[in-house]
Amino acid sequence: MMEQTRYHSVRLDKEKCKGCTNCLRHCPTEAIRVRGGRAHILDTLCIDCGECIRICDYHAKIAVTDAMEDTRTFRYKIALPAPSLYGQFRGLIKPEYVLQALRLIGFDDVFEVARGADVVTRAIRERIKEPRFPKPIISSACPTVLRLIQVRFPELLDHVIDIRQPMEVAAEIARDEFCRKHDCEPEDVGCFFITPCPAKMTAIRNPIGQTKSALDGAISMVDLYGLLLPHVSKMIADPDYRPPTGYGIGWATTRGEATAVCPENSLAVDGIQNVIHVLEEIENDKLSDLTFFEGNACTGGCVGGPLTFENNYVAKNSIRKMVDAMPKTHPDTDVPSSWMTKYPLKTELPFEPNGAIKLDDNLAEAMRKMKRMNEIMERLPGYDCGSCGSPTCRAFAEDIVRGFCTEMDCIHILKNKLKVMAEEMVTLAQTTRE
Amino acid sequence: MEELIRKVYPVAQADYVSAGHASADIKRTLKQLGVGGDVLRRVAVASYEVELNLVIHSLGGDLTLRVLPDSVELISADRGPGIADISMAMREGFSTANDEARSLGFGAGMGLPNMKRNADRFDIQSTLGVGTTITMGFQLPAG
Repeated sequence: MMEQTRYHSVRLDKEKCKGCTNCLRHCPTEAIRVRGGRAHILDTLCIDCGECIRICDYHAKIAVTDAMEDTRTFRYKIALPAPSLYGQFRGLIKPEYVLQALRLIGFDDVFEVARGADVVTRAIRERIKEPRFPKPIISSACPTVLRLIQVRFPELLDHVIDIRQPMEVAAEIARDEFCRKHDCEPEDVGCFFITPCPAKMTAIRNPIGQTKSALDGAISMVDLYGLLLPHVSKMIADPDYRPPTGYGIGWATTRGEATAVCPENSLAVDGIQNVIHVLEEIENDKLSDLTFFEGNACTGGCVGGPLTFENNYVAKNSIRKMVDAMPKTHPDTDVPSSWMTKYPLKTELPFEPNGAIKLDDNLAEAMRKMKRMNEIMERLPGYDCGSCGSPTCRAFAEDIVRGFCTEMDCIHILKNKLKVMAEEMVTLAQTTRE
Repeated sequence: MEELIRKVYPVAQADYVSAGHASADIKRTLKQLGVGGDVLRRVAVASYEVELNLVIHSLGGDLTLRVLPDSVELISADRGPGIADISMAMREGFSTANDEARSLGFGAGMGLPNMKRNADRFDIQSTLGVGTTITMGFQLPAG
């Protein structure tokens, strides 16, 4: 059971896992079980949010990303920094110092994902004018939130905007422009996203709404931080630098996308539990007066990603200062109109429900399992202690019904059983003596 | 029809803290059963409305989820105060919500009509001083 088949950046380091139950309750999709003395991540339910990475005291949960060495398989390498990267350097005034630093550590070229965000902003603004979407329209930018909807709120998938992610659009433009400038083939160019989170890495290896990602890999922000810092502090200017809009950079923090896309009637929420609460409200049709909903799995938005270095509040403040100092040009006027038709901006495939929470594909069989699950739950103590290795008593009952464990894996049921057996032994001993 | 699943959620009067928990669990239960699409959307709206009705208007009661082979049923049974004029209460915009509820954004007088609109079957029985019982049925797609 439970070996990884779908690609996930979030993994378990078996050597480091102590088999404690800290991560169990923190997983928003209940995708972790402790069995045989160590944690297992259920790959059908994991949404790569990285909450387990944050909570694990033993650093047994890890995010697999690419290393600088992995970029060498390409003749040319382009770095695509997420705007949240700019929030990692205190006092940074201009993004170009970071871009120059990326060139100095070995990238042949740099293309800002903030510019991709500008293009996506304009595309979303045009798309939401069409009456096709139920309200509110839900952002597709955070891959964790998108997977959360696939797992827990499949009825809301038709609310999700069908525009590609900023990193994808940025990679399309970056590769195209580089090839024309240097007269080379697309396959000679490797596009690497500088990522604040494991979810983006997963979205590259295992895309949603796309058969193939335009990116070739992702490098963790925190892995590059030490390499970049000495170069960023040199503050090397780039005379040819053409900045993205402040709106594009603003996507790094909560409300950045909403401000760019629909400032007049939008709601922006961060933190995975908060996002879940609002999605419940949307499902209850309580927010249909809203035009746009931006949900970020991480507190503060992408600056709060598990692979960032700087405190997310400090990073958010840095981004705000940088944006405030920039001209107020909106992507609607800043993005060349030719780009809007030249690059594929819409997702190719529909967003599909995940289906892993179903007890069975057959309704009658699912009902039988649910009935048994409810009967089991009545015998369970309801402590949600995690000693059985399942996150809650309810999840444990479900695991029994699914055939992954038995009632005797509950330490409290076992204790009662032992007590009854001990009493029987005493009675038996007394009877046989007579 | 044989009842396959039955879950009873006690809902206390004016318990705004827990409001929505029963409805969330009902949705989760149905999703685990593989009930989705239009039926789930309508049950979501109706269960939330009826739960909030218990919190705001009643002296407390039970919300019951029943799953039958061909339908989902929601039954709200409260301990009073009962509705004096049901046809008035069913009118859009009619509300007896108190100021506390209104300050929280409830009491727009859409609750009962909204439930009726979303359910395939809707029945309301009420006796002043005794209580109100609302029964809503949702047909499951065949197969």
